[in-house]
Amino acid sequence: MAKLTFKTDKCKGCGLCVDVCPKKVLVLAKEKINKKGHHPVEAVNEADCIGCAFCATMCPDCIIKVER
Amino acid sequence: MADKVLMKGNEAIAEAAIIAGCKHYFGYPITPQTEIAAYMAKRMPKIGGVFLQAESEIAAINMVYGVAATGHRVMTSSSSPGISLKGEGLSYLAGADLPSLIVNVQRGGPGLGGIQPSQSDYFQATKGGAHGDFHMIVLAPASVQEMADLTVKGFELADKYRMTSMILADGTMGQMMEPVALDYEIAPAPEKPWATVGTKMAREHNIVNSLFLAPEELERVNFERYERYAAIKENETMYEEYMMEDADICVAAFGIAARVAKNAINEARKQGIKVGLIRPITLWPFPEAPFKKAADKVKAVVSVELSMGQMIEDIRLATECKVPVSLCNRAGGMIPSPEQVLEAIKAANNGGAK
Amino acid sequence: MVVFDKPNALADASMHYCPGCTHGIVHRLVAEVMDELGIEGRTIGIAPVGCSVMAYNYFNCDMIEAAHGRAPAVATGVKRAEPDSIVFTYQGDGDLASIGMAETVHSAARNENITIIFINNAIYGMTGGQMAPTTLPGQVTQTSPYGRDVNHCGFPIKVCEMLSELDGPEYLERVAVNNVKNVKNAKKAIKKAFQNQVDGKGFSLVEVISSCPTNWGMTPKKALEWIDEKMIPYYPLGVYKDRTAAKEETK
Repeated sequence: MAKLTFKTDKCKGCGLCVDVCPKKVLVLAKEKINKKGHHPVEAVNEADCIGCAFCATMCPDCIIKVER
Repeated sequence: MADKVLMKGNEAIAEAAIIAGCKHYFGYPITPQTEIAAYMAKRMPKIGGVFLQAESEIAAINMVYGVAATGHRVMTSSSSPGISLKGEGLSYLAGADLPSLIVNVQRGGPGLGGIQPSQSDYFQATKGGAHGDFHMIVLAPASVQEMADLTVKGFELADKYRMTSMILADGTMGQMMEPVALDYEIAPAPEKPWATVGTKMAREHNIVNSLFLAPEELERVNFERYERYAAIKENETMYEEYMMEDADICVAAFGIAARVAKNAINEARKQGIKVGLIRPITLWPFPEAPFKKAADKVKAVVSVELSMGQMIEDIRLATECKVPVSLCNRAGGMIPSPEQVLEAIKAANNGGAK
Repeated sequence: MVVFDKPNALADASMHYCPGCTHGIVHRLVAEVMDELGIEGRTIGIAPVGCSVMAYNYFNCDMIEAAHGRAPAVATGVKRAEPDSIVFTYQGDGDLASIGMAETVHSAARNENITIIFINNAIYGMTGGQMAPTTLPGQVTQTSPYGRDVNHCGFPIKVCEMLSELDGPEYLERVAVNNVKNVKNAKKAIKKAFQNQVDGKGFSLVEVISSCPTNWGMTPKKALEWIDEKMIPYYPLGVYKDRTAAKEETK
């Protein structure tokens, strides 16, 4: 299992990380709004995360830290 | 005292720049200043400096901007149409508070104009020269010696005030040969902690920039810049007075026009007319004080210019309309003769000046 | 173990780019390369005019903001004055291939030892989506509202192909950042473009096919797909010049 950390307030809710995740770990939190006014990304089933860092690779705002 | 050597004005500028520690020159060929580039092309490789012929005036001024950002002394030179192309860069240099030396060996205009001497870039040089609120220190040499002296001075002032100094010469000054003594003690350039030379991982990053999207901030940097300009007006204004002590008539002229005017003044004095000369050496800041003083003493001012009359506007402002100011001019590359200036002096003395 | 984190050379600032804009990815790649080569302390970056105008706030190395299109000339000045520094420009398509084409071509012809990161997203983003020199034939923009008509305003400029005809440049490669594999290739190209400068090899330019979801009028995801469907067929990825590799081949 890998660990994901998000700089949630910098997320712009573009969803590129959500689309690229092979394990469908990520969603945009529709019920939350961050400081920037976006629905930020969050991990819904982090246990499935394999630490491939595809999400972080595609994140334009460099808000994701991946540990394994 | 160094021996005097016979040099062209353009070459004197180039050698003085090297003596002042300028090791970077970028330029683009244009008459009548190309000797500066040719001189630099020969000399720079010998002293470990850089001469690079740029693809355009625009590229040259932006290479200057790049070197200036690293804190090294740097210059470019051109002539009137080329200076127009450099206008964008001059504005960015001002906006980013970068020091540099720019030489304009003026030729007749507007447009492609001609290649003969002119002073018709006075407005462009002294009133900013491009978009935005800014000034350059504008230095007007009237001899080959001054071409060299003011080049050294120009570098020192540019560093001191973090701005562009411009040598505003003309085709005559550039081409004429005179003996020059290149005898300078060059003070070390001031520290430039703002220079972008790499953080060495030892400080916050430096940013050289003229973009300020917050209007409050942009206003603040403009006001701060103008405080510096006020200090320059206070401390760096230069001019020469010639026979002004008892003058009834004041001739105003800079550069080559001042040399012609002196001949005419000497002749007028022989004919009993009390006439003197105020020769601005800094065109910006304009020497207002001697004109203000003269306005209370003389009965008229004659502005001798190689243009359709540009400096005359600053003279009128400085003399506050207390005395009539007349124009004695040639344009398009022509130079007024001493006889023409003498006639203008006589007319002014006879109350003919309006 | 940290698998992925923000590179040190990338500032902690929140970038002003629109959601899903791939400028941020390219910024990160440049910063990663600075970290990996250990060059941040001697690197000077030149920001352009355009969407990435404020790139000077996003890198921790020294930065200079240049006039529109003039970054290669500014970089030339910096590199000539400080030859031991590492100098890069970061420019968009309007900046590099329109107003600054002369500076681009001549710095390439001089084999100026600098690195250019060229973002090609086929549009002027900062000013609100006007036609760029790289806008595709038929592409709708604010100033080509009926689609780019090549009979009226000509054809897009293929920068890598054009520069590859010059003897000057050391290295020209076109990459894209629209999927993980392409991002990894882009990183390799950018690293090589900086390594070339460290090694004194000369002018290295990486053209990055990038997305502009806002001005293309697409979702971020759709914009990445559009790169595959439309951009890459017109702007094929690959190495357009690699003088060192070519020399080694002829050995």
